[in-house]
Amino acid sequence: MLKIRNLESGYDKLKVLKGISLHVNSGEIVTIIGANGAGKTTLLNTIASIVKAADGEIILNGTDVTGITPDRIVKNGCVLVPEGRQLFPAMTVRENLILGAYTLFRKKGKKTAKENIKNIYSMFPILKDRERQLAGTLSGGEQQMVAIGRALMTGPELLLMDEPSMGLAPIIVKNIFRVVESLRDQGKTILIVEQNARAVLEIADRGYVMETGSLVMEGNAEDLLDNNDVKRAYLGRDYKEFTDK
Amino acid sequence: MSGEQTLQYIFAGITVGSIYAFVAIGYNIIYNATGIINFAQGEFVMLGGMIAYTFSGFMPLLPAVVLAVLITSAVGSVIESVFIRRMRKTSVLGMIVVTIGISILLREAALYIWDEQIRALRFFTGSEISSVSILGARISPQVLWILGITTIIVAGLFLFFKFTLTGQAMRACSENLRAAKLCGIRTDSMVNLSFMLSAGIGALGGCVVSPLTQTHYAMGTDLAIKGFIVAILGGLGNAIAAVAAGLLLGLIESFSISILPMAYKDVISIIILLIILVVKPSGIFGSRQASSMKDY
Ligand SMILES: Nc1ncnc2c1ncn2[C@@H]1O[C@H](COP(=O)(O)OP(=O)(O)OP(=O)(O)O)[C@@H](O)[C@H]1O
Ligand SMILES: [Mg+2]
Repeated sequence: MLKIRNLESGYDKLKVLKGISLHVNSGEIVTIIGANGAGKTTLLNTIASIVKAADGEIILNGTDVTGITPDRIVKNGCVLVPEGRQLFPAMTVRENLILGAYTLFRKKGKKTAKENIKNIYSMFPILKDRERQLAGTLSGGEQQMVAIGRALMTGPELLLMDEPSMGLAPIIVKNIFRVVESLRDQGKTILIVEQNARAVLEIADRGYVMETGSLVMEGNAEDLLDNNDVKRAYLGRDYKEFTDK
Repeated sequence: MSGEQTLQYIFAGITVGSIYAFVAIGYNIIYNATGIINFAQGEFVMLGGMIAYTFSGFMPLLPAVVLAVLITSAVGSVIESVFIRRMRKTSVLGMIVVTIGISILLREAALYIWDEQIRALRFFTGSEISSVSILGARISPQVLWILGITTIIVAGLFLFFKFTLTGQAMRACSENLRAAKLCGIRTDSMVNLSFMLSAGIGALGGCVVSPLTQTHYAMGTDLAIKGFIVAILGGLGNAIAAVAAGLLLGLIESFSISILPMAYKDVISIIILLIILVVKPSGIFGSRQASSMKDY
């Protein structure tokens, strides 16, 4: 589905990604965990073509998509749910969702868009009630639902998610992760970045660990959960076996 | 002041106010899409009047006006893709200098093409001596044209931004450019469209007012300043409020003439601008919160 080779990118003079190589197979949930400032957001933004790749290549479904415009990434079936939701706050929930299907409308896909809105409302029934409310007035959890819904509007095969749990209460995080799992069960492929390493490793198939712009570890989710380095650095105090020692 | 006289002043104010509103709407559309204040907006009004005048020499008025609007839109599009797009990375102040430069360029081009003569488009209906009587006041039918077209433009813009996908996409760009890109909206084309739309609306304004206020190659400077005052007065980014603010400034100017010497007319609008900037920089119709999120 997605293959990245030796990807480098950054901002002006600041080089953030120092040669990233990874792959995501069709139907997998793959996660990237890492400390603040490691470059996880930069990586997803580079895949979505919001940040320009300086070197390396990004292959999506067998086609080289490095350096193409963001709208063509969307048309190639890859959509990003950005960090911090990034909704259109002064527009209604429905308008936000409709804009997610912008590339569909261009291809006269109004019908598909209407069906997709219906599916999103059945996935998040609360959004149906909030349809005419301005997105900026929603609660954090509802905003995250809109962000996910908006990204699903074109029916993408690959969903990139940047810290969907950020700033949400544990019970809402649980719901969001359940949705992520059910999306995989519907056949979607998901690359998800998270601070909440333990929760995400529990639903993921595989994971990568990122440190200052490089991937330093890769493995099955269960193996990473058991790995001592990962435990020490990312899984925190939940793990009594460490704190007790 | 008699009741009829008052009405006369009101209509004069509305006429001038409408043209300010046309300029201010143009400022708003471009500001919303890009955060840029386009000081060449007054030149679009001038170009509309000039081009329509030239074409009206050998064709009926309607196609002449349509052609003027289309050609001015094309000029707006070219300006965006040649100058603005390349210089977007510069500072806010830098962009202001760029648009002032563009306005000088357009003015000089107009002087070269049309010379410095003052021109006036034919009246849309009737002539300069025909008038209609409304509540005892005698006004030119052109005033009704101005009011009608202003209303249509405001209603049209409202519907466009609220209900069409392209209009929604333009709003999306102004709210969150990065998110708009992630939705697959081609933000460059939206910016280009905003210049076309502003230029076209400015040109249409230039055509309807030309019979009454005349068209001159250098008229844009004054309009740019007045339109800017109106845009600030209405609260930048709010096209509908700009119309209300435009009419308000037109009325204030019109009535000021009746009590103060003519020469003070422009001073009054500058004083209003200063008062607004000090007292309520978000504009009389703007919310404080909205203005705090802007770059100015
Ligand atoms: N727009 C930007 N301009 C300049 N530097 C940036 C920009 N965005 C991020 N950076 C820098 O790039 C580095 C990586 O940031 P990035 O946001 O990718 O990290 P992250 O792993 O997503 O962190 P977090 O977990 O806090 O979200 C940081 O040092 C950051 O300061
Ligand atoms: Mg991040």
